[in-house]
Amino acid sequence: MSATTMVRAADDLSAFGGDSVWVVLLKALLIFVVLVLLTLFNIWWERRVVARMQHRIGPNMHGPFGLLQSLADGVKLALKEDITPKAADKVVFVLAPVIAVIPAFVAWAVIPLGPEVRIPFTDTVTPLQLTDMPVAVLFVLAVASVGIYGIVLGGWSSGSTYSLLGGLRSSAQMISYEVAMGLALVAVFLYAGSMSTSEIVEAQKDVWYGFILVPSFVIYVIAMVGETNRAPFDLPEAEGELVGGFHTEYSSLKFALFFLAEYVNMGTVAALATTLFLGGWHAPWPISIWDGANEGYWPVLWFFGKVLCFIFFFIWLRGTLPRLRYDQFMAFGWKVLIPSSLAWIVAVATVRAATLDGGIDRRYMLYAIAAVAVLMIGLFLIGGGEKEEEPAEAEPEPFDAFAGGYPVPPMPGQAPASHPTSTMSTTSPGSSPESRQES
Amino acid sequence: MELYTPVIALAAIAAGFAVFSIVMSVATGPRRYNRAKLDSYECGIEPTPQPIGGGRVPVKYFITAMLFIVFDIEIIFLYPWAVAFDAMGIFGLVEMVLFIATVAIAYVYVWRRGGLEWD
Repeated sequence: MSATTMVRAADDLSAFGGDSVWVVLLKALLIFVVLVLLTLFNIWWERRVVARMQHRIGPNMHGPFGLLQSLADGVKLALKEDITPKAADKVVFVLAPVIAVIPAFVAWAVIPLGPEVRIPFTDTVTPLQLTDMPVAVLFVLAVASVGIYGIVLGGWSSGSTYSLLGGLRSSAQMISYEVAMGLALVAVFLYAGSMSTSEIVEAQKDVWYGFILVPSFVIYVIAMVGETNRAPFDLPEAEGELVGGFHTEYSSLKFALFFLAEYVNMGTVAALATTLFLGGWHAPWPISIWDGANEGYWPVLWFFGKVLCFIFFFIWLRGTLPRLRYDQFMAFGWKVLIPSSLAWIVAVATVRAATLDGGIDRRYMLYAIAAVAVLMIGLFLIGGGEKEEEPAEAEPEPFDAFAGGYPVPPMPGQAPASHPTSTMSTTSPGSSPESRQES
Repeated sequence: MELYTPVIALAAIAAGFAVFSIVMSVATGPRRYNRAKLDSYECGIEPTPQPIGGGRVPVKYFITAMLFIVFDIEIIFLYPWAVAFDAMGIFGLVEMVLFIATVAIAYVYVWRRGGLEWD
């Protein structure tokens, strides 16, 4: 059984690895150009959509509909002074944006943009994907983890308090949500029987995993917002607390590189969600009735349509939700997303095993489920009595408006101890707060 | 290895772009020396003196990092299991339930000891 699986996998990847050098270079260059253009478009789109949500107009001066606004901003950044703070670790400070940008692009090497096509004006047939490997999704996760180094090193090397805090927060947040993200993908591999992106897309020819693995999809979507430091999880860049977070000290094109990396990462997680849960480049239902929808260059359109839907979702979140508090945010990741993913994996595996050919003794399955359930319940109940009693509702202290030396209004629920006018009548105006308290 | 070499092409293009940007920003941007500009930015106030050697980082970040390693290794075990699940059938299911239960005990222990509390 396993031998045939191996053979099948080897056959499916046979389309890759045979490209000539110029085809590889052409595809790599195209991916790079597409990603840069996508970033420029996404920045403009985000500003326009958020503006519309806030009853503003947004950038509309440069180019048609303001489409060249991001390009103009990029040129402006290039003409700004490149500041290296006195306290910075010079080498790491310069290296950090490079470390952040390279993995953001490299992750797209294994994203399938379409099926095999013929390159125009030639006889070369090649898949619309730079390469694929048996561990492609693992490769994306690994490369995304390298990107965290760029952020944490950028925050550390700046020699500034805000940058350091932003970098630390960011790394803690990204590794926490990477666990939830990784666990959400297990169910997909279970159903697809592969970690190669092209095979996972192929396996979704009939039904998308987003529909049959709804909990995985939901967990992945939440985790991908946390992973990319986007609102409402944009705590590393909380302006009110940390100025700019890890990139506070960066200026000019070094700042632009961090910005580029963030937006490309948004595209990466959206593309991964499309690939793993929404059928990749397969046409959505009403269009898929047409036979030609999944051939030639049309799938590129469906693929980027789905990616842009996710980007719009990101923007919508930013325009709608306020930022979470950091402890609530970490608690949500560790106490809600991770246990629910683990429980979901066990459930999916059980159902999958039950439907496998050959039939199984269902009693074993029930024993296993019962054992896990008893174990979990037991662990949560043991020591439940040790929880200290909630302290009885304390008697509300009488409110003294002048306790701090100057008058303050009462907090909600606090009643003024005495009527202010009565104190006014017994004390002469202009007397010190101490004399008022004594009276 | 043929499957992995194209990655280098994309990485090279991205690296070239990043290095070119950093070099170019030095060339195109102005350079006007100002002592206050090179200080750490703290909204206009005098920057907080930094401890020598970078100071210390709260221990909660290390706890988070260690928990991350525990769960990341669990994920690494889960991936090949999920890919080969159909070949293993019920044996794979029972084995993985036992494994997840083992990790769950550690997880519940950490939770109850307050390892997941932030502050």
